[in-house]
Amino acid sequence: MFYRLLSIVRQQRVSPGWQNWPSARSSTSAAEAHSIALPAQAQVVICGGGIMGTSVAYHLSKLGWKDIVLLEQGRLAAGSTRFCAGILSTARHLTIEQKMADYSNKLCHQLEQETGIQTGYVRTGSISLAQTQDRLISLKRINSRLNVMGIPSEIISPKKVAELHPLLNVHDLVGAMHVPEDAVVSSADVALALASAASQNGVQIYDRTTVLHVIVKKDQVTGVETDKGQIDCQYFVNCAGQWAYELGLSNEEPVSIPLHACEHFYLLTRPLETPLQSNTPTIVDADGRIYIRNWQGGILSGGFEKNPKPIFTEGKNQLEIQNLQEDWDHFEPLLSSLLRRMPQLEALEIMKLVNCPETFTPDMRCIMGESPTVQGYFVLAGMNSAGLSFSGGAGKYLAEWMVYGYPSENVWELDLKRFGALQSSRTFLRHRVMEVMPLLYDLKVPRWDFQTGRQLRTSPLYDRLDAQGARWMEKHGFERPKYFVPPDKDLLALEQSKTFYKPDWFDIVESEVKCCKEAVCVIDMSSFTKFEITSTGDQALEILQYLFSNDLDVPVGHIVHTGMLNESGGYENDCSIARINKRSFFMISPTDQQVHCWSWLKKHMPKDSNLLLEDVSWKYTALNLIGPRAVDVLSELSYAPMTPDHFPSLFCKEMSVGYANGIRVMSMTHTGEPGFMLYIPIEYALHVYNEVMNVGQKYGIRNAGYYALRSLRIEKFFAFWGQDLNTCTTPLECGREFRVKLEKGMDFIGRDALLQQKQNGVYKRFTMFILDDHDTDLDLWPWWGEPIYRNGRYVGKTTSSAYSFTLERHVCLGFVHNFSEDTGEEQVVTADFINRGEYEIDIAGHRFQAKAKLYPFSSLFTHKRRKDDVELSDFHGK
Amino acid sequence: MPAPTQLFFPLIRNCELSRIYSTVCYCHHKHICCLSPHVPQSRLRYTPHPAYATFCRPKENWWQYTQGRRYASTPQKFYLTPPQVNSILKANEYSFKVPEFDGKNVSSVLGFDSNQLPANAPIEDRRSAATCLQTRGMLLGVFDGHAGCACSQAVSERLFYYIAVSLLPHETLLEIENAVESGRALLPILQWHKHPNDYFSKEASKLYFNSLRTYWQELIDLNTGESTDIDVKEALINAFKRLDNDISLEAQVGDPNSFLNYLVLRVAFSGATACVAHVDGVDLHVANTGDSRAMLGVQEEDGSWSAVTLSNDHNAQNQRELERLKLEHPKNEAKSVVKQDRLLGLLMPFRAFGDVKFKWSIDLQKRVIESGPDQLNDNEYTKFIPPNYYTPPYLTAEPEVTYHRLRPQDKFLVLATDGLWETMHRQDVVRIVGEYLTGMHHQQPIAVGGYKVTLGQMHGLLTERRAKMSSVFEDQNAATHLIRHAVGNNEFGAVDHERLSKMLSLPEELARMYRDDITIIVVQFNSHVVGAYQNQE
Repeated sequence: MFYRLLSIVRQQRVSPGWQNWPSARSSTSAAEAHSIALPAQAQVVICGGGIMGTSVAYHLSKLGWKDIVLLEQGRLAAGSTRFCAGILSTARHLTIEQKMADYSNKLCHQLEQETGIQTGYVRTGSISLAQTQDRLISLKRINSRLNVMGIPSEIISPKKVAELHPLLNVHDLVGAMHVPEDAVVSSADVALALASAASQNGVQIYDRTTVLHVIVKKDQVTGVETDKGQIDCQYFVNCAGQWAYELGLSNEEPVSIPLHACEHFYLLTRPLETPLQSNTPTIVDADGRIYIRNWQGGILSGGFEKNPKPIFTEGKNQLEIQNLQEDWDHFEPLLSSLLRRMPQLEALEIMKLVNCPETFTPDMRCIMGESPTVQGYFVLAGMNSAGLSFSGGAGKYLAEWMVYGYPSENVWELDLKRFGALQSSRTFLRHRVMEVMPLLYDLKVPRWDFQTGRQLRTSPLYDRLDAQGARWMEKHGFERPKYFVPPDKDLLALEQSKTFYKPDWFDIVESEVKCCKEAVCVIDMSSFTKFEITSTGDQALEILQYLFSNDLDVPVGHIVHTGMLNESGGYENDCSIARINKRSFFMISPTDQQVHCWSWLKKHMPKDSNLLLEDVSWKYTALNLIGPRAVDVLSELSYAPMTPDHFPSLFCKEMSVGYANGIRVMSMTHTGEPGFMLYIPIEYALHVYNEVMNVGQKYGIRNAGYYALRSLRIEKFFAFWGQDLNTCTTPLECGREFRVKLEKGMDFIGRDALLQQKQNGVYKRFTMFILDDHDTDLDLWPWWGEPIYRNGRYVGKTTSSAYSFTLERHVCLGFVHNFSEDTGEEQVVTADFINRGEYEIDIAGHRFQAKAKLYPFSSLFTHKRRKDDVELSDFHGK
Repeated sequence: MPAPTQLFFPLIRNCELSRIYSTVCYCHHKHICCLSPHVPQSRLRYTPHPAYATFCRPKENWWQYTQGRRYASTPQKFYLTPPQVNSILKANEYSFKVPEFDGKNVSSVLGFDSNQLPANAPIEDRRSAATCLQTRGMLLGVFDGHAGCACSQAVSERLFYYIAVSLLPHETLLEIENAVESGRALLPILQWHKHPNDYFSKEASKLYFNSLRTYWQELIDLNTGESTDIDVKEALINAFKRLDNDISLEAQVGDPNSFLNYLVLRVAFSGATACVAHVDGVDLHVANTGDSRAMLGVQEEDGSWSAVTLSNDHNAQNQRELERLKLEHPKNEAKSVVKQDRLLGLLMPFRAFGDVKFKWSIDLQKRVIESGPDQLNDNEYTKFIPPNYYTPPYLTAEPEVTYHRLRPQDKFLVLATDGLWETMHRQDVVRIVGEYLTGMHHQQPIAVGGYKVTLGQMHGLLTERRAKMSSVFEDQNAATHLIRHAVGNNEFGAVDHERLSKMLSLPEELARMYRDDITIIVVQFNSHVVGAYQNQE
């Protein structure tokens, strides 16, 4: 019904763009489209004629690539795109998502003018309602970030809400966020407009053409097999929406694209007696789990229910497609919520309940980027019900990625390589998306963890630690302890520690931190990605010298902290590398680098060398012994002197611990505190752990978790890759010049960029902020993404934060820019610029005074300085 | 007060003396039976003595309650919250799952759910379930007592032993007898599946055991050594008759222990119906005495449910029973033997255990009462002899046994006392249990189609449907679920909480006016095993 209406609307429009567009003609001319033979070759083949595929085609053609073929199995814009509710909203939780949505909004706004195709774009604005104070805090945080991006938005009172929307019941509201420039649009028409513009730029579009599989030779895309013949190509873009997973698996060497569809319902009504104005704002009532927009004088309302119905778990299934019907019983809670919000709608007549499956990903963020295993295989899918909002930005970034090799923004959070094959189990996806879909409208509090799809990868000590009260978080499928609940603590209270304020584990983490400072703690850090690179000759050293910025030609047994940089000097990875022997290196990277780092190394390694790269993550259990007494514990267990004289800092030695031999002991702790990392072959893990705990008893040993670790490293001003560091930050921008050896005697990736930056100065600078007037007990805690103000002007955002138990203050880390007051252009940031400023951090609309520092407080920390001035290692990967 | 009363006193739970008398007491009063034709007579198995009625409550109220049956007339203050309702409904629920061996359940029975809801205080219904250990098969039964719970209690304790013994082969009987003789440990005969509230009388166990032993000794003596095949039907009939005979004999002989003496008399003078199922593989035997009922739930190929009755009610609605009674007594009694649909105008079921007032000769009754304890003698009811009592016995405990060979489509069996069947149609019972067990309400999905439906109308409809759904998931026990429907169903067949709450909050003395004790056992069959049996042949 909806589609029919849509097509009627479409037919009423006469647009010149349609005539010279081979595929999107009405059904009578479809036969004609069939007869057109596919080209034998193209540079790029895009699979999927939805809003994502057309957006990628549009942006690629804008960037000058012309030899593009877009294939659609059915009709253009006839999948989820057709059913999309058509809400363009910038109220997103991630900055990158806000940027994509903002760009999409601007794109849609001018698209009608550009193409002459009506897209139904109406700037209605959107109002996100808060029924609780916590929800309001969440909205205020989004509001702060929207404002610094130049997107107008404000927090408004319930009374104002009632003025903006005539039908709303506002009695149970505590506030709302109004984003006046948000819009509604017909997403199918946007897709058609994008396709039309792309085809004018030379993109060839073929509908009713099904991609069977992608042809890969030597890990490189060479062509596409379709039901109408083969096309040779260099690039393939998988924009197949909910079928992207299956399409990825159809390859001979499967490409894992973890996403899964769930049924999604929305209601369409007939017009109200006095039809709603077309500019009536869109309402998002997340606490009521619904969204409501005006639609042809009536309303369109859907939501994200608590009990989603996953679908197509076993792939495309005709029976399931036929059964995609209105399920009113399932919609009942959302309908109740709608009538509670707009009681006057009781008498409004129903037109239809639409069931349109939407695609969700395991971490609620979309998937883009190149496959880690197949070069030239790009993906853009898994939009978590926000396809329209992201379409423009995501298409643009992916096009840039393909044309320039990297997008103009850091998109690591959305990169396909954050996932591996371990997230591709159908069971895992089915279970996880059932959690993800309701989460879209759940309150997102700091430090939430997924509950489903857990306990996939665990350390051999998991059960032991769990029995001792460990509370777990998950990273890349690996369970990591957050903190250990003492036996006398009330567990029930702890499980419900969802708050924007001081969490109830505060005291627990404090005692763990204190123990790290005064005695010794053990943290299971087995999740880290561990690679070994070995060669017969000097090839290993040579390739590493080329890939890493620090000098790796160090004596055997030394550890080097170094970045793996890209051409522009940005961090692709940040790791610690130990030279095990002349020809063998042991490389430790953050947990979620497993796929990315591997593919980067593979990509840059000579194909037929004698280099052996091995992923040994699973072979070792890592225990981190932090604290001044770690020395005593280890020497007692090994009968070997462990003092700095015998075992200097950043040193690695294979030795025996207890009965177990061959333990790689490294004098580093990733925190700047004294101590050791033990890399233990897994069969010895339990033995070594037991011995350490037994012997450590008299030194006051205890278990600790990642929260303690984080507090320790943030107060020491250590940046984490993945949160503070990304592909767009260089070592110079975060004060790590000393880890770059520009003159190490050979070239390395990113050297030119760094040399240039060294000459010109940096445009942003990693800075540590100590919150001054922040009351830990009463004020909202910082998380990340809070705007930083210098002398009242916005200069950047925080990237991470933690409470420092040493300073007894909150510490935030973040980047300071220097935007020109006149033009807004970025200018060079000097130490002077940083030091001569009054800073404030905006937490959910409240600004706290902060002191900026470019170097950590060395005087505060009493332990001996050793080899390096400070041991700067730091990847937590959070 | 004589000493024996005091002995007997603490054993009666939650019950003052007057009630003991009143429950034991019955007497005929035509008047009430005639005056309340629209009060289903089935409501009260015995017509109460008017004196008792007047004694207990003002007469006006009595009329109001019996005639009106309007819920509005019940006191409003007794409303219960849903959790309270649930705690009442679930107080007696019991579930048994047949254990699996090697991940497989080889029994044709998956398990059973049972529950009972009292209307009398104390409840007069009983239930039993046990697995036969020396033979194959499982026994399940419901027992509806009247004129007190003494007889139903005794039958629930003893009947399965009589059946089990009747089923035992000669060698096993010998073995058991030898063990008893030499004081060795006995082979266990039954494994009981009991709810904690289902109790066995400790005091009478010795007495009961001796009677049982006599029975198997006779069986041993009678054995000719020829027939090794034991006919289940015959065994069931023999066991029923024998137990009733023993109850009667024990009361005539009496017991030196005054407590036991009084107990056997109460057992004999009260009565009980019994409906017992014996399941062994695909062989299902139902032995029924009285008006409890066994109903088989059959799932048709299209998924719908149909009910197959496996027992005949022995009451005035059964023409064959009426004819039997008339044949067993002289022609001149034809009019008096069943009056107002009751046996001799008094008793609703036409077959029952106990009830010696309908079995013994007048002489015997008088003799037993005179020699009996004072409580028996002092009371007026004991002197009462049923009217037109010319050719006893009028009542028998002999069961009617039906046999059914289980098929894969036979999914479950409902055994229930008449408290259930008089409130619900058998088809509804089977449908509700079937839908409960398959976990699905076969609700048609709603489609708006071309109709004009407003959001408000749709919302109302959906809320209603959800309420219906939620009642399914509230219960973990099929019997509880059935009781919830039996008591709480409104005119649309949906559970109405308000109604349920009102029914359950009735004060003890009124509850019996609105409903009878309900006891239900739902036995679930294992279609795979049943199917496998079928394929073997």
